[in-house]
Amino acid sequence: MKISVTVNGEAYERDVEPRTLLAYFLRDTLGLTGTHVGCDSSSCGCCVVMLDGEKAVKSCTMFAVMADGHEIATVEGLRQDGKLHPLQQAFWDNHGLQCGYCTPGMMMTSVVLLKNNPAPSEAEIREAISGNLCRCTGYQNIVKSVQQAAAELSAEPAAEPVAS
Amino acid sequence: MATTELPPERHAMGVSMKRKEDPRLIQGRGRFLDDIVLPNMLYLALVHSPYPHARIVKIDKTAALASPGVKAVLTGEDLVAAGLGWIPTFHGYDKQMVLAVGKALFQYQEVAGVVATSREAAFDAVELVEVEYEPLEPVVDPFDAMSDTTLVREDRENKTNHIYHWEVGKREETDAALAGAEVHIKERVYFQRCHPAPLETCGSISDMNPATGRLTLYLTSQAPHAHRTVVSLVTGIPEDKIHVISPDIGGGFGNKVPVYPGYVVGTVASVVLGVPVKWVETRTENLTTTGFARDYHMDVEIGATREGQVTALKVKTVADHGAFDAAADPTKYPAGLFGICTGSYDFPIAFTELDAYFTNKAPGGVAYRCSFRVTEASYAIERGMDLLARELAMDPAELRLKNFVKKEQFPYPSPLGFVYDSGDYHMTLQKALDKIGYPELRRLQAEKRARGELMGIGISTFTEVVGAGPSKHFDIMGIKMFDSAEIRIHPTGSGIVRTGTRHQGQGHETTWAQIVAEELGLDPQNILVEEGDTDTAPYGLGTYASRSTPVAGAAIALASRRIREKAKKIAAHLMEAAEDDVEWVDYKFQLKGVPGKVVTMKEIAFAAYTNPVPGSEPGLEATFYYDPPNLTFPYGAYIAVVEIDRDTGETHVKRFLAIDDCGTVINPMIVEGQIHGGLTEGYAIAFMQEIAYDSGGNHLNTNFTDYLVPTALETPKWETDSTCTPSPHHPIGAKGVGESPNVGSPAAFVNAVMDALSPLGVKNIDMPLTREKVWRAIRESKA
Amino acid sequence: MFPAPFEYKRAHSADEAFTLLGLHGGDARVLAGGQSLIPAMRYRLARPAVLVDINPVEEFSYIRETDGELRIGALGRDAALESLAFIAERYRLISDVSRVVADPVVRQMGTVVGSLCHNDPCGDWSVAALASRAQVVVRGSGGARTIPIDEFLVDSYTTAVAEGELALEVRFPTPGARTSGAYSKIERKVGDFATAAAAVQITLAADGTIAEAGVAIGAAGPMAMRVAAAEALLRGAAPSREAVAAAADAARALADPTADTRGSAEFKKDMAGVVVARALASALERLGVEGLR
Repeated sequence: MKISVTVNGEAYERDVEPRTLLAYFLRDTLGLTGTHVGCDSSSCGCCVVMLDGEKAVKSCTMFAVMADGHEIATVEGLRQDGKLHPLQQAFWDNHGLQCGYCTPGMMMTSVVLLKNNPAPSEAEIREAISGNLCRCTGYQNIVKSVQQAAAELSAEPAAEPVAS
Repeated sequence: MATTELPPERHAMGVSMKRKEDPRLIQGRGRFLDDIVLPNMLYLALVHSPYPHARIVKIDKTAALASPGVKAVLTGEDLVAAGLGWIPTFHGYDKQMVLAVGKALFQYQEVAGVVATSREAAFDAVELVEVEYEPLEPVVDPFDAMSDTTLVREDRENKTNHIYHWEVGKREETDAALAGAEVHIKERVYFQRCHPAPLETCGSISDMNPATGRLTLYLTSQAPHAHRTVVSLVTGIPEDKIHVISPDIGGGFGNKVPVYPGYVVGTVASVVLGVPVKWVETRTENLTTTGFARDYHMDVEIGATREGQVTALKVKTVADHGAFDAAADPTKYPAGLFGICTGSYDFPIAFTELDAYFTNKAPGGVAYRCSFRVTEASYAIERGMDLLARELAMDPAELRLKNFVKKEQFPYPSPLGFVYDSGDYHMTLQKALDKIGYPELRRLQAEKRARGELMGIGISTFTEVVGAGPSKHFDIMGIKMFDSAEIRIHPTGSGIVRTGTRHQGQGHETTWAQIVAEELGLDPQNILVEEGDTDTAPYGLGTYASRSTPVAGAAIALASRRIREKAKKIAAHLMEAAEDDVEWVDYKFQLKGVPGKVVTMKEIAFAAYTNPVPGSEPGLEATFYYDPPNLTFPYGAYIAVVEIDRDTGETHVKRFLAIDDCGTVINPMIVEGQIHGGLTEGYAIAFMQEIAYDSGGNHLNTNFTDYLVPTALETPKWETDSTCTPSPHHPIGAKGVGESPNVGSPAAFVNAVMDALSPLGVKNIDMPLTREKVWRAIRESKA
Repeated sequence: MFPAPFEYKRAHSADEAFTLLGLHGGDARVLAGGQSLIPAMRYRLARPAVLVDINPVEEFSYIRETDGELRIGALGRDAALESLAFIAERYRLISDVSRVVADPVVRQMGTVVGSLCHNDPCGDWSVAALASRAQVVVRGSGGARTIPIDEFLVDSYTTAVAEGELALEVRFPTPGARTSGAYSKIERKVGDFATAAAAVQITLAADGTIAEAGVAIGAAGPMAMRVAAAEALLRGAAPSREAVAAAADAARALADPTADTRGSAEFKKDMAGVVVARALASALERLGVEGLR
């Protein structure tokens, strides 16, 4: 069936099977391979994207047809006007990634966290990312990265990831 | 070779520079295997056996072949006909089926492959492959396998489940010393089967291109050259016609070292169909079929004097390899480097032996974020020393300090055949004790104990052995375990370095550039690092067992020095001086005694192409294949502080301090990240990870709901610090560190929990220390 | 890994939802949050022929207090409950649950009503609903009915929702001044199903004795269960360590858990008692009664 989805501000019309998962729609159909798939039980969060500028969702646990008429933001949309999003910069500054596989999902969860809670405590950050697994970093530098981004965004709000 | 004296003001070494690989990864522009799409590509999905042990009576492909989009269905029989029914395992003691031939030997074993035009079409058709099984009795416990009542492997010449026996050390003298020891402890400690579970699963794209006659293999491979050679040996395709590309890898941890059936089936399918075939395993497939780790049942015995001086060590192990011995160990080391089980202690005499068995479980084992079998060895000795401390009623820190190999004893020849390069174990443990406030912690513990609270302090002072390895002793399938670097400096002073290693997040694109930059006085931002493409990278044995910095890092330093030698000649030529009058000072070449007269490496690079020394080759590049003279021995002192909830058996980690010594540190930020990650994996292993099978051979931990990876909420906060005893035989004094935290930490956690439970008389609980196990130990102690 | 094919129908209004469900009957499953259904479909444990997507039906998306009840519509998301200030202040049991269902990302799509309809033996909302004496409004071609939770939950993965029907809303009584509750869950890590879980809702009388008690346990049998014996012994009793311990033992006696990777039956049974005791201690603390831990 035909669906219209706006991803990172760009409108796409595609024909999909109802059973096509959103993660694979983004990756295979649209070629946006920044969103990753890491498990088959909705446990790992590598696939997290932002829905309608307000929700973090596991795109492996959503059908593409459910996104028809909606707006999705992925990691590819974070950088705007040639500038890295403060989260991206912070992950880089603080060694918040090693293999990079969990990183897109981790950042998209964090984007939504910081929208809802601009000054999260460490405990709140750890809680918010507890649906995202990482095998490399032990989370400690990820927390530092989100803290830096929070401080930065409070001081100077970044351009909205395009999907709000 | 003596360690190079590094200038006090470092140019790039020891600098926490930001990683050069990050920009693409933070923008979602990494190139992981499943991101790669080739024209006309098909998808492979595998059919798995539901039975742990069964004869395969018949496979009917008809319905599957008729399913929409299906292009081929392959079985073990098809592969046998193609000469690929079996492939050698890495250390040559065994071979393994690609697809099941005649029998399925473990639950989820690969039985057939379906190739179709889409992922979904392939999975749909998997359900339609009709396999008729005749279930057989499985053998699941290696102690049952010993009796040979149920034979796992009919194909082997010796009709037994016993795979091999291995031993090292002096058996009779050790037994005698133990028998005569004033104090003697013996305990069975089990290191459970677990799984590296990187977030990216394994996968491949096999592209046998009929137009070029070349097979391009995109592989999630930690060892691309080794894989190329194995594929060549197994398929008969010459190596020049095979191109292995290992793209960005989403974590390896040893999982991506073996050659997996999916790779082989995909390759056969590509050869047959003439188009690329992609295989990406599911998480369930990853956890149930690919390289598990550990599964060692170890009897540790230590003899000591009443004053606490150790006199002898014996470790006897039963190893469970599953249905095939697919351990990726160097040939002469079927039990890996288990001989490190004397640890950081000066045992006058020691002996260790191991017997390995087949069972109806997934094949392996791999080195899950550790050097080969080093975690098992380290666990055995660190638990053993704690049990000895308890027997002696001696403080475990005191016991360790009393028995450490002393600084003056290095290079230290261990009773089990290693020569430890360097270390100052007393210094490092003392630093840990001081930093955590050990005496105060023990006072606090006494107060809490008086109130019936269960607080524990656990120490692990491990010595690892990494950097495989010297050609005299180490090979994988006959290929020596050197590693290599090829460096080329461009006219405008930037350069490229390629090595035979393949990072999966360890930061090589940054750290290798730092080494080159340090050696040549160039900007690390302008040194491009490439790994993983076998057409261009020099031959190496890959990245695992913490070998990259010890071996490839050395090759990079030495290749850089070859360049510097040539550069010196060019400098002399440019300064119109004799070579002997030119010296390398402050990252530049200077005319001796004339401080103002300098030539930079950038100028030299330009000259290499525009004004070469008459009679010598233009250009500025060098290659070095490094055969390490020895392994390296990073070590550490870890202290864990825990509190146990009596009612639920839950362990709260209140503090964890890790002091690591990996010799020279290239990038402190990257090293710290490695420690955080490794400690987190150790924590998971200690408290929640297990690949278990029930008595019927059914796999109990098939996805992330049952094989547990801790989240940011459970994971403790890690306190880290370091000491530095450089390796005397390494060109930059570096030892490697990526796996130390996973090696040393399990024992720290377990020792802490056992310490907490010691007032109740609990001596040993095997990992994972689940709530129930602790709860049960507490209950049973009251009885 | 990939679901079997199905027909996808989208409802844009409540009426359209009922029509589609009536039309397709037992062939259809409702797609709301999908956080339980889609994983089951990916493993092909669930293979519905038709999915009726009710996400576009805005009128299902509400969380409101009406007539002494908290009414959560079919699209009321777990995360909404987690973030609403009045829930944290006045619906302590619900607030507790909303912080531990699945994980924080799954909660952004998962729905309370969906969880109740799924009725997983380890589900969290069913435990809370029992303790709160909630009710579920179900509508079908025969009209709407309001079903007490004890009748709504029938067996593992089975509820009173018949073919062609849709659960529209769950209603939790609004706690009065002397009523509070708590949820205690033992899980091995965030996102794991419960090893043991308990929900309690306590009302104190003017004299400080327990006037009303709702006690339920989860992950201790085919589905969440009301610990009627605990409720009976708490009613009329003064809050005390002994009363809490007795209630916990009543939970242990009722619990009939299945052994799995989370623990043996023996362990889980004991944990059922532990979580009841902890939930009671928390609820009573919230009512100003200290020292019962």
